[in-house]
Amino acid sequence: MSTATAAPETTRGLVEITKVRKAFGATEVLKGISLTVEPGGVAVIVGPSGSGKSTLLRTINHLEKVDGGFIAIDGELVGYRVRGNRLHELREKDILKQRTEIGMVFQNFNLFPHLTALENVAEAPVVAQGRSKAEARERGLELLDRVGLKDRAGAYPRQLSGGQQQRVAIARALALDPKILLFDEPTSALDPELVNEVLDVIRELAKSGTTLIIVTHEMGFARDVADTVVFMDQGQIVEQGAPKDIFTNPQEERTRSFFSKVIEPAFNI
Amino acid sequence: MSSAATKVSQSAPEPASAAPGTAEAAAGTAGRVPGPTKPGPRKPATDYADYSLVSAPRPWRWVGTAVVALGLAAVAWSLATNPRWEWDVVGQWFTAQSVVKGLLETLKLTAISGVLGFVLGFILALMRLSASPLLLSVSWTFSWIFRSTPLLVQMLLWYNLGYLYEKISLGIPFTDIRFFEVQTTTLISQFAAAVLGLTLNQAAYSAEIIRGGILSVDQGQLEAAAALGIPAWRRSTRIVLPQAMRAILPTAFNEIIGLVKGTSIVYVLAYSELFYTVQVIYNRTQQVLPLLLVATLWYVVITSVLSVFQYYIERHYSKGAVRTLPLTPLQKARKFFATHAPVRSLR
Ligand SMILES: Nc1ncnc2c1ncn2[C@@H]1O[C@H](COP(=O)(O)OP(=O)(O)O)[C@@H](O)[C@H]1O
Ligand SMILES: [Mg+2]
Repeated sequence: MSTATAAPETTRGLVEITKVRKAFGATEVLKGISLTVEPGGVAVIVGPSGSGKSTLLRTINHLEKVDGGFIAIDGELVGYRVRGNRLHELREKDILKQRTEIGMVFQNFNLFPHLTALENVAEAPVVAQGRSKAEARERGLELLDRVGLKDRAGAYPRQLSGGQQQRVAIARALALDPKILLFDEPTSALDPELVNEVLDVIRELAKSGTTLIIVTHEMGFARDVADTVVFMDQGQIVEQGAPKDIFTNPQEERTRSFFSKVIEPAFNI
Repeated sequence: MSSAATKVSQSAPEPASAAPGTAEAAAGTAGRVPGPTKPGPRKPATDYADYSLVSAPRPWRWVGTAVVALGLAAVAWSLATNPRWEWDVVGQWFTAQSVVKGLLETLKLTAISGVLGFVLGFILALMRLSASPLLLSVSWTFSWIFRSTPLLVQMLLWYNLGYLYEKISLGIPFTDIRFFEVQTTTLISQFAAAVLGLTLNQAAYSAEIIRGGILSVDQGQLEAAAALGIPAWRRSTRIVLPQAMRAILPTAFNEIIGLVKGTSIVYVLAYSELFYTVQVIYNRTQQVLPLLLVATLWYVVITSVLSVFQYYIERHYSKGAVRTLPLTPLQKARKFFATHAPVRSLR
C-alpha cells in the first residue's frame, strides 16, 4: 500500500444509511432502509431478485439519487450538502470526487473493452486523482499482481476469462484506494469453476481493513467473510445479524423460507 | 489441421474399418473394464509427425477464378483496344494544370465540409441525446429540415441569401446595437455558399450516424466510468467514443466518399472544382467522354486512397473488440509466401 494511507485503516470507511427511500415511477424499490457498516466491516446483503439490493448499492455512490433519507460516509453526506434545513445536491465535480472513495464492482464486470487490463486499472487514478501516468501504471501492475494477473497486464478484456475479467475489475476499483468497496453479485455471471478465484480475492480484501458491502447469492462465502448478513425483501431489511445467528436461527418467517430455497440441505448447520 | 492429427492417432493401429465395438471386445479379452474412455492396448502408432500437410483440393474455386479472370481480361481488352475511349486524350488531360487545380478544389471542399460537418454533427448528436427538451428538439428539427430539402436547393438558397437578406449583422437581438454589418453578397462567395451547403447537409446526416454509434455502446460502460469518478468529458472521449467509432466508421466513410463526389453538385454555383472544370474543357474541345473519364479516374483514385485509410482506421478502433486482429493484406501476402510456396514446391 502507498505510504499516504498512514492513518490506521480502521478509522476510515464508516457507512451510515438512514431511512433511505427510492421509487421508480409508482413502484417503491427502497422503503426506508437503515443500515450501519462499521469501518473495516464486511456486510453481505442477500435477498430475492428484485428486492432492491442493487438499487441500494447504487445509492451508496450516488449512481442513483435517493428520494428520501440520507447516506453518510465517515460522517460526510454522500451527494448532498446541508444548507439551512435543506439538502442541496452537490455539483458533478464534487460527486465524482466522493466516488473515488467508493469502489464498485459490477455483476457483468463493465471493463472497458478497448483498453488493456493495465489501462483499465490505471485510467481513473490519472484522470480522477491527478496521479502521474508512470505512478498509476506502477501501482496498476502492483494491483494486477495482487489479483494474480500481472502477466496478463497487456491483454484486452475479451482475451481474458470471466474470472480474470472480474479480478481485473476488482484491481480497477482498488486503484483509487477506496475506503469502501461495493460488490454487486460479483460472481453471478461466472461459470461455477471460476467463482472461487474471484471469491478468494474478495476474502483477502476482507482482511485488509477496507469496508466491504457485498451483494451475493453465495451463502457459503457469506458465512465465511461477513461480519453482518443483511436479508432484504421487497425494499426492506427484514433481518440482519451475525452469519451464525442468521443462518442457523433466523427470526423471521420470510428469512427462513428464503434460506430454505437457496441453501442446499448439506449446508444447513 | 488439429482434427486430422487426432484422427490419425486414433485409427492408426487398426485398419480403417475397425468399429468401436471391436476395440471394446479386444479390451474385454484383455481383462479390462470396458469403457469408452479407456481404450485397450495398442500397437505403437506410425509416426506421421514429419509428413507434410496437403490441403483438400478445391476445384470449384479454380473454375470460379478462371471465369472471373476471363471476364476481367475481356473488359480490359475492350477498354484498351476500342479507339473511342481516346486514351491519348485522357492521358493528355489527366494531369493538366486546370484539371489538377479543380481536383485540389474538390479535395479542399471535401476536407473542409467533411471536418466541419462531422464536428457539427457530433454536437448535434450530443444535443439530441441531452436531457434538455429544447436542445433535443432543435437538433431534431435541424436534421429534419436539412435531410428533407434537396442539396441543390440548399446550395442555391445560400448563394442567393443576399436576395432574402441584404445585410448580415452581428449584434444583440431585439436591440439596435450592432457590432458589425456586411453586405450579404460580399460575405457569401461561391466558396462560402458551397461550404455552407455541404457542411450543414453533412452535419444533419453525420449527427444521426454518430448518435447511432453512441447508442450502440453499453450503458454499463458509462456507469462504470462514473463510478470511478472519471469526469463527463473524459467519459465521452475516452470510454464511449472509441467504442462508438466501431459503429460510426463504416457509415462515416460511406458519407465522406459520397461527399467527394457530392461536391460535384457545386457546379451549379459555377465553382471550378474537378467536375465543373472538366465540363468547361469538354464544352470547348467537344471531347466529352474522355474528359468525363478523366474526372471519373480521379474520383476512383480518391476513393481508393480513402478506402485504404478506412481499412487501417477501422482496424485501429477494433482493438480489443475482437480476440485477435485479422491480418492486414500485406501481412497475409507475406504469410502466403512464407508458408504456402514451399509446400507447393514439395508436391
Ligand atoms: N432504472 C430503473 N427503472 C425502473 N425500475 C427499476 C430500475 N432499476 C431497478 N428497477 C426495479 O427496482 C426493483 C429492484 O431492483 P434491483 O435493485 O435491481 O433488485 P435486486 O438487485 O435485488 O435484484 C426491481 O423491481 C426493478 O425492476
Ligand atoms: Mg441486482
